[in-house]
Amino acid sequence: MSGIFTKAMARNIFYGGTVFFFLLLVALTFDTNKTLPKRDNSANLTPAVIAGKKIWETRNCIGCHTLLGEGAYYAPELGNVYKRRGPEFIKAWIQSQPTGAPGRRQMPQFHLTDEELDNLVAFLKYSSEINTANWPPNIEG
Amino acid sequence: MQYKSQAVAKPYFIAAIGLFVGQILFGLIMGLQYVVGDFLFPEIPFNIARMVHTNLLIVWLLFGFMGAAYYMIPEEAETELFSPKLALTLFWIFLVAGALTIVGYLALPYATLAKLTGNDILETMGREFLEQPLITKVGIVIVALGFLFNITMTMLKGRKTSISMVLLVGLWGLAIFFLFSFYNPHNLVKDKFYWWWVVHLWVEGVWELILGALLAFVLIKVTGVDREVIEKWLYVIITLALVTGLIGTGHHYYWIGTPEYWQWWGSIFSALEPLPFFAMTVFAFNMVNRRRREHPNKAAVLWALGTGVMAFLGAGVWGFLHTLAPVNYYTHGSQITAAHGHMAFYGAYVMVVLTIISYAMPILRGRAANPEKAQVLEMWSFWLMTIAMVFITLFLTAAGILQVWLQRVSDTPMSFMATQDQISLFFWMREWAGVVFLIGLIVYLVSFFVKGDTRSASAS
Repeated sequence: MSGIFTKAMARNIFYGGTVFFFLLLVALTFDTNKTLPKRDNSANLTPAVIAGKKIWETRNCIGCHTLLGEGAYYAPELGNVYKRRGPEFIKAWIQSQPTGAPGRRQMPQFHLTDEELDNLVAFLKYSSEINTANWPPNIEG
Repeated sequence: MQYKSQAVAKPYFIAAIGLFVGQILFGLIMGLQYVVGDFLFPEIPFNIARMVHTNLLIVWLLFGFMGAAYYMIPEEAETELFSPKLALTLFWIFLVAGALTIVGYLALPYATLAKLTGNDILETMGREFLEQPLITKVGIVIVALGFLFNITMTMLKGRKTSISMVLLVGLWGLAIFFLFSFYNPHNLVKDKFYWWWVVHLWVEGVWELILGALLAFVLIKVTGVDREVIEKWLYVIITLALVTGLIGTGHHYYWIGTPEYWQWWGSIFSALEPLPFFAMTVFAFNMVNRRRREHPNKAAVLWALGTGVMAFLGAGVWGFLHTLAPVNYYTHGSQITAAHGHMAFYGAYVMVVLTIISYAMPILRGRAANPEKAQVLEMWSFWLMTIAMVFITLFLTAAGILQVWLQRVSDTPMSFMATQDQISLFFWMREWAGVVFLIGLIVYLVSFFVKGDTRSASAS
């Protein structure tokens, strides 16, 4: 860095560049929000789905599982679990935890009611119908 | 120590190190749960351990950043801190709130904790890294505002340097973007979209300003290189960081229901994200080579150089490895992500906080540098922890490549759990590398208690 390029120039480029690219991010965010309804399955945000999302959050499912690839990597992806396993399997699985198999990873028992289980399944169904650009590569997640 | 009020940094640094120890212990528990699935179940299920592990990391880094600011700003502004009393009060509030939150995680079922702490009023919990109860989140905002008020007032009454400006912009950005943690729409895609405005715009955005400012400050002190030169570098580095990192947010918007043009924006801009880290490495080595003094604190110089290199490897190289959309299609949410996360956080943020602690702590304890023997031990801990982290990253990367192959690329894909069984050898090796990391951390702790001949603090 020669003497021609001064600190004041560097500072101005920093502030100018930051403002410009932040505004670009905001513009892209606006556009994303505008086009989201075509992809985000928000038409199916029923009260059951909303209640199911709350179950998902208050049991900290994301602490072991991924959802659309985000979360912890300790247990299977659940963004597409509705398509992989179907509603009845999901409910039976949650109810039968923990397996207690020695040395195997264990999932806690959450004592969910039938209604709570239905809501959670509704949430997982809604999640599985979001347009994720064909991710994951196959049904195993 | 040039200003009496800089002393408030000391409890912040001590708390940071204490919580760091907790973070590592929980990391080891989780690492073992990866291979011995029922370890400590049901007392500490994996999701609880992980929450403790990641939340402790965030909180101790925040303690480190705040301590760093309380130490640096008076010296940069050439004036006493606006209110040392406020700084100490906020310290205790933050520490007690943080401790209560961790106790809440461990002692109560998460759903009960949510109910007791007002999650029904405003649902913000149960999202990765933002698991804190509402009252804790509000507490974080209050502490951050009090802290920023204190730091800003100090700066306003004194000298305004570029380093303190950059630090301040970074810290204000940290507080402002945290506000998105209160926004949790029912629409999962929007929830995820704005969740990244906290997480990505923190670690690949404003935190890099804080990182740059801390590194620049320590380099000025230990090398004696002209401030003009160092601050010019600082501006170049943070320009590169934000110009690439802001639109680089797009690399999180490939597969979560957002428009597909993000695959282009995200790939192109985040492919450039290694540049600021590369510049940082060149910067650190350049400044140390051009040093005009031999600072007695050799350990601090080592940490500063290490930050540059490890941030470049962890955030830069390991980030680039899986940031292009066609690659990320296969690696998204795999152990590759975990590998990158570990080395990036260690190389960038853990190491820069340990750099400023290494530089400032001896001075806060009344000497320019620690005795020779203590420094040798500290440098051993540097190598143990750093090499251990390199191996943790390599083992997780190997696990990730195999996982992607078996579960996603193969013509006959295996299920998630069957794949995990196949790669358990690498999880075992990661755990052993974690044990070495813990040994390094213990050596680090011991180095604070080694006595010997010390020079007086006047040399600083």
